[in-house]
Amino acid sequence: MLRINCPFCGIRDEEEFDCGGEAHVTRPENPANLSDDEWSHYLFNKVNTKGILLERWRHTYGCRQWFNMARHTVSHEIIEIYPMGSFPSFNGMNVENVVKEVEA
Amino acid sequence: MDKFSLLQLAKHSLKGHKNWSPQWRSPEPKKTYDVVIVGGGGQGLATAYYLASKYGVKNVAVLEKGWIGGGNTGRNTTVVRSNYFYPESTNFFDHSLKLYENLSSELNYNVMLSQGGMTVLAHSRHDMEMLERWSNSLQLQGVDAEMLSCAEIEKQNPLLDISKNARFPIWGGYIQRRGGVARHDAVAWGYARAADSLGVDIIQNCEVTDIQISGNSVSGVSTNQGFIRADKVAFAVAGHTSVLAEMAGFSVPIVSQPLQAMVSEPIKPCLEGVVVSPLVHAYVSQSDRGEILIGGGADRYPSYGQRGNLPVLEETVTATLGLYPSFSRLKLMRQWAGIVDITPDSSPIIGKTSVTGLYISGGWGTGGFKAIPAGGDTLAYTIAHDQPHELIKPFSIDRFAKGSLIDEGAAAGVAH
Ligand SMILES: Cc1cc2nc3c(=O)[nH]c(=O)nc-3n(C[C@H](O)[C@H](O)[C@H](O)COP(=O)(O)OP(=O)(O)OC[C@H]3O[C@@H](n4cnc5c(N)ncnc54)[C@H](O)[C@@H]3O)c2cc1C
Ligand SMILES: [Zn+2]
Repeated sequence: MLRINCPFCGIRDEEEFDCGGEAHVTRPENPANLSDDEWSHYLFNKVNTKGILLERWRHTYGCRQWFNMARHTVSHEIIEIYPMGSFPSFNGMNVENVVKEVEA
Repeated sequence: MDKFSLLQLAKHSLKGHKNWSPQWRSPEPKKTYDVVIVGGGGQGLATAYYLASKYGVKNVAVLEKGWIGGGNTGRNTTVVRSNYFYPESTNFFDHSLKLYENLSSELNYNVMLSQGGMTVLAHSRHDMEMLERWSNSLQLQGVDAEMLSCAEIEKQNPLLDISKNARFPIWGGYIQRRGGVARHDAVAWGYARAADSLGVDIIQNCEVTDIQISGNSVSGVSTNQGFIRADKVAFAVAGHTSVLAEMAGFSVPIVSQPLQAMVSEPIKPCLEGVVVSPLVHAYVSQSDRGEILIGGGADRYPSYGQRGNLPVLEETVTATLGLYPSFSRLKLMRQWAGIVDITPDSSPIIGKTSVTGLYISGGWGTGGFKAIPAGGDTLAYTIAHDQPHELIKPFSIDRFAKGSLIDEGAAAGVAH
């Protein structure tokens, strides 16, 4: 069971939340200029990282607000929760060090 | 290798069963193979077997990072059936079911196929209409399917709560009588033993860490046991499909999620075949040992941790007890999870890739056990001829760019 610290409501059980999948996917500026491969890549392909994954989550059964989460997909450790539209800071560490810490 | 027969059994029993030979060798990897298969689950092992038995390619290795069948093949709920919806799928899955029907004798290994039927339940008038449509579609494609009344369902499944007071009252359902279960380990071991006896090297504790590509052609794999050369490499690694694709430099439309299952303590025979409720997301069967085997929907966020989380476990148990109230008296003995590789249309990705000599068998998601014989047969054909087998042309990876998805989300039976 994940215990998720909603930036607006505080710590709640994972059952109150929905995972909205990969974060930081931006819609292409000019879809009409893309090849079928590029468009389907945007629509369907996923990073699906084994390790630290950046995801969007929503506090569906609480404040209904979206936020981002950096989470390890093997240990499920939540490394950072950060606002929509921003990027994780990993508390000033570089990602490799974070990975090492989570895996240790 | 000893052929299994009554005579052999008698002979060995006289000697106290002390002289059975190992079912497969544990060879050192050679420097070079014609074909290297990454992943020693059912899909990889079956591919190796059909390459050697049917398509004349015998210099083959299967590389497995753990033990064979230790992935989803040894963790699944063993349902085999061919009641999909679209012809592309039914053709493929019915080919698989037909191969299953003859598999024990083909492999000289009892895979314990037991065709007790696959019953799908309806909980409303609308569900009934959907099942009529589904079963009609199957009949038109020559696959067996029959609508069932409540009384018929009760006869087959006396413990099912068909009363009007049930949490989700049952209106009826349909059955594919040829559906059922098979023993998962036996499928992996049977293919492994048969492949080994044809000269295939099965190498366990061998993890592939990189795929070597020169120009646009595959040239081999790096492993924890050294570099292994091969001009043809196939990967069948289920939840790790994205990881292997990344080694080869491309991405796939796949999300890895845990799928859980659990068994109760063993009890006397009380239910026949498999019963699924697509509404409450649970399905149930009884193993040959008597355990009640319960499966449900996939966990709802990406994960490579083969554990499964508590909320989904609770939902699955709740759903099952709504269907079978008397099971509330049973103790659960074990719970586990496998990592399933889910595609946007819940159909597999199998065939050639953009890299010459590299083949993929993935995206099997929650339903690739039933597909092991057909997946192995058709991928072996594809590797041997470097041409996709007819049955898997619709499942190639380029269907996403073409927009020709085969949406079988509903036929999967449970949420994912
Ligand atoms: C709980 C559960 C219930 C299920 N129920 C059903 C069901 O009732 N019916 C059905 O049809 N299907 C079911 N499935 C799905 C089915 O189990 C899978 O689709 C099927 O087993 C896939 O077979 P596979 O050989 O591709 O994968 P696996 O059996 O998972 O084999 C892949 C192998 O690849 C190995 N591997 C991974 N990475 C590497 C590497 N880098 N190097 C070397 N080896 C590697 C793994 O160790 C693993 O052994 C279920 C799955 C689960 C988890
Ligand atoms: Zn909140």
